[in-house]
Amino acid sequence: MYSATGINCTPMAGAVVEDVKVLGLPLIPFVIRVLIALRLKRVEYELVEVQIAEPKSEILVKSNPVYKKIPVLLHRGKSICESAVIVQYIDEEWSDGSGSSSILPADPFDRALVRFWAAYIDDKLPAPVRALRWGTEAEKAAELAGQIRQALGLLEEAFVECGKGKGFFGGDAVGYLDIALGSCLGWIRALEKAKSVKLLDAEKLPRLTGWAERFLAEESVKGLVPDADEYQKFYAAAEARTSATPAA
Amino acid sequence: MADVKLIGSPLSPYVLRAILALSLKKVEYELLEEKFGEKSELLLKSNPIYKKIPVLIHHDRPICESAVIVEYIDEVWPESGFGAILPADAYHRALHRFWTYYVDDKWFPSLVAIGKAETEEAKAEAVERVRAGLLLLEEAFVKLSEGKAFFGGDRVAFLDVMFGCFVNWIVAAEELVSVELLDEATVPALHGWAVRFREHEAVKEVMPDSGRVLGFLKILQAKWKADAAAAKKKL
Repeated sequence: MYSATGINCTPMAGAVVEDVKVLGLPLIPFVIRVLIALRLKRVEYELVEVQIAEPKSEILVKSNPVYKKIPVLLHRGKSICESAVIVQYIDEEWSDGSGSSSILPADPFDRALVRFWAAYIDDKLPAPVRALRWGTEAEKAAELAGQIRQALGLLEEAFVECGKGKGFFGGDAVGYLDIALGSCLGWIRALEKAKSVKLLDAEKLPRLTGWAERFLAEESVKGLVPDADEYQKFYAAAEARTSATPAA
Repeated sequence: MADVKLIGSPLSPYVLRAILALSLKKVEYELLEEKFGEKSELLLKSNPIYKKIPVLIHHDRPICESAVIVEYIDEVWPESGFGAILPADAYHRALHRFWTYYVDDKWFPSLVAIGKAETEEAKAEAVERVRAGLLLLEEAFVKLSEGKAFFGGDRVAFLDVMFGCFVNWIVAAEELVSVELLDEATVPALHGWAVRFREHEAVKEVMPDSGRVLGFLKILQAKWKADAAAAKKKL
């Protein structure tokens, strides 16, 4: 089975075969969340790469008219938008009832905890990561790196309460919060390399560092989180395109 | 000693969401009102990350963020009172959650912008953004209600609560700047829904009337003006 990008997607054993498409790009953390979630549920999907810069792909504009952003999940003629909404949809739509492949925890308080921290991640990480990546002022850079480190510091503490001594935020298995933060690991590592700055510092954040290694080694995650070099290539190409295009 | 406590004031629409959910479930709780402009020890202890209301405290454990709180209430008391708040099927749940995100991300900030606007142009711009958003929500309502009374169909559901908390804020904003926002001509379905939502047994018991909200909005407006002036002085 081949996706629109021509990547060979080997059908997984015991996989669910339905018409599932994801509009997105493989480097975007919010898209990666959806792909990991589908893998966890053993749901076959096709990743349809779309144009997110103007002019945006027609299928993107049609299926997400409000925001025109990726990811979008297309399932049985329906479109679902916003990564947090999509991941919960995936968890609920492909629930096997026994809770064994559950992405969110079973207990309401634990669910509230992971929803809170996932919202915190989206509130505190993307803005400074993007600003640091594309910004040029050294003073501002130090401030932004500080913000990112502070957020990661709180997540290091949250790991204790959520993981309950096990290997993942979700306990024994990868769960909602692992996906929310883990999908950003390539982004963070790329930023560290590009800006020569330590963010996920092994000395200061030992739990998160250990968790990151375990997360990236998971079957459901392997190959979905690009490494720092892949991001560098992508950014370099984007920058080359921007400098080649005359200012409007 | 109440097992369920809620820190916050019903004048905050985000707190009102939690109050509406508890009212729908007919769950007894103790409301711990914060004094405007001050943050209690309990609040700072229960929500150290954001230091914001609402905070639900259940079995001495805090739950923060209004959307998280409402889903928690729905999951802990699934059958109580008026029953389920989140719709039954995954797709409708996704739609209710998506539109809640939109309301928080884009729509309510545009309503607040009306109150913060310093010039007539800024005000007019903000009004247009609010109206554009209401047109989107009108479409969403028509699709989700399927001709019935609420976003949840026959029953008040998640999006009714998460957007309905603002109905008297809309009225207050209309009075504040003398413009129509949720009018029958442009958004007939939402207009009808707002009337029915206010009248719902679980809602009318707890929702502050638009007069109270207007009073609060004027206090907020004065504070925003003072903050903006202080910020300008610093530049």
